[in-house]
Amino acid sequence: MANWIPHWLHRLSSPPTFYRFAGKVRPWCFWLAVVTALVGLYGGLVMAPPDYQQGDVFRIIYIHVPSAWMSLFIYATMAVAAFIALVWRIKLAEVVIVQSAPLGAAFTFITLVTGSIWGEPTWGTWWTWGARLTSELVLLFLYLGVIGLYHAFEDRRQGARAAGFLAIIGAINLPIVHYSVQWWNTLHQGTTVRLFGPSTIDPRMLWPLLVMALATHLYWAASLLGRMRTDLVDLEGGKQWVRELPQVKGRASQ
Amino acid sequence: MKPGTTRAACWAILRRDLTLAWRRRGDMALPVLYALIVATLFPFALGPDNALLARIAGGVVLVIVLLAMLLAFDALFRSDIEDGSLEQWLMAPQPLALLVGMKILAHWLTTALPLIIIGPVIASMLHLPTHPLHVLELALLLATPLLSLLGAVLVALTAGTRRSGMLLALMLLPLCVPVVIFAAGAVLAAQQGLPWIAPMAWLGAALALGIILAPLACAAALRITLDS
Repeated sequence: MANWIPHWLHRLSSPPTFYRFAGKVRPWCFWLAVVTALVGLYGGLVMAPPDYQQGDVFRIIYIHVPSAWMSLFIYATMAVAAFIALVWRIKLAEVVIVQSAPLGAAFTFITLVTGSIWGEPTWGTWWTWGARLTSELVLLFLYLGVIGLYHAFEDRRQGARAAGFLAIIGAINLPIVHYSVQWWNTLHQGTTVRLFGPSTIDPRMLWPLLVMALATHLYWAASLLGRMRTDLVDLEGGKQWVRELPQVKGRASQ
Repeated sequence: MKPGTTRAACWAILRRDLTLAWRRRGDMALPVLYALIVATLFPFALGPDNALLARIAGGVVLVIVLLAMLLAFDALFRSDIEDGSLEQWLMAPQPLALLVGMKILAHWLTTALPLIIIGPVIASMLHLPTHPLHVLELALLLATPLLSLLGAVLVALTAGTRRSGMLLALMLLPLCVPVVIFAAGAVLAAQQGLPWIAPMAWLGAALALGIILAPLACAAALRITLDS
């Protein structure tokens, strides 16, 4: 078996190594995100044909759907990180939980706002208590609960572990909320992009969507890495490796 | 019963909590009073339109019970943390999940049971017809223990923190969305003469799952938050 992968992961979980690694990877992620977002937006706003029913209004899909995917994806990564943090007590995983929550909340909020803007011309209402909308709103509250619980603790590592535990409970609950709400009421359109089986969306409309999804993932990676770097320096403030960082050294000598 | 066995410990905690609650009987009446007052506000806010009130009565009773329980959750572990008995349980040889389960049972008996009894009275005040009343009662019997179990896990998560009822509400309300949907759905279905057994079965399934998992989760949460 390739032994270097677990070794490399083990080394990466040490804060100084991760700090340097994240510093190298982050600009790549960020600039690739900018480029793919420009390509995706050009494809979506200029090249894709207008919808036969909704006309140009549908183009908000290129923000709305990638954000919705991200809101679920970030919750999943947060829950996995929470599991790792609770089982193996890895400090880096705790930082992932804490720094994922605001990002996920932001994407959820963008999803709700863009969906609302999209709903006004097509459904004739800003908000309806449909299944998708309500479960997305519940997701936002879950994110806010995780953020709030973290800040309620004096001890930051303890707060991160408690927030992670809440994230795991929410992860169990989320499918239940999703399906219970779906049976309760629905207006949101069904899935048109499928991973398995043929999509029911025109390929000329599809490719910018997938490029935008890639862009949001890259942006998430860049943002998370940056936030984690800041948090690590804050968390490990008194330690040797932080004091030896060039920025910190420069400030100390002034 | 031999002292020191798990059964004796569980029984001791249950009896202690019930005795404490009985000594302060006045506190047990507070959630009930709260529920009655909130129910009285609805006709004032919506106007005394009997048909409208009857249509929303089932859902209103469930939301009121949920809010009344939310207010009472704050006291679940507080006195035990203040006098240090919770730390004794953490170190006790008996499984913490069982002991915590007994606490949840005692809490449910002292706060939720009065609310279950008063529930149909509130519903009748809001002109819910008599035929869905037994469905409402059954829904409350299944939904309130579920809320107690869910709430206990979250109270355990906030146990070591500065007191914040708003935080508990923010954490609890998203998690109890399915409970409210199924319980209110059953009552509404019964009111319209539709079959109501499916949502009730879902509630029962969730309760069975909650009884097994929630005390374990609660114990794990207490170990995280009191770990200092």
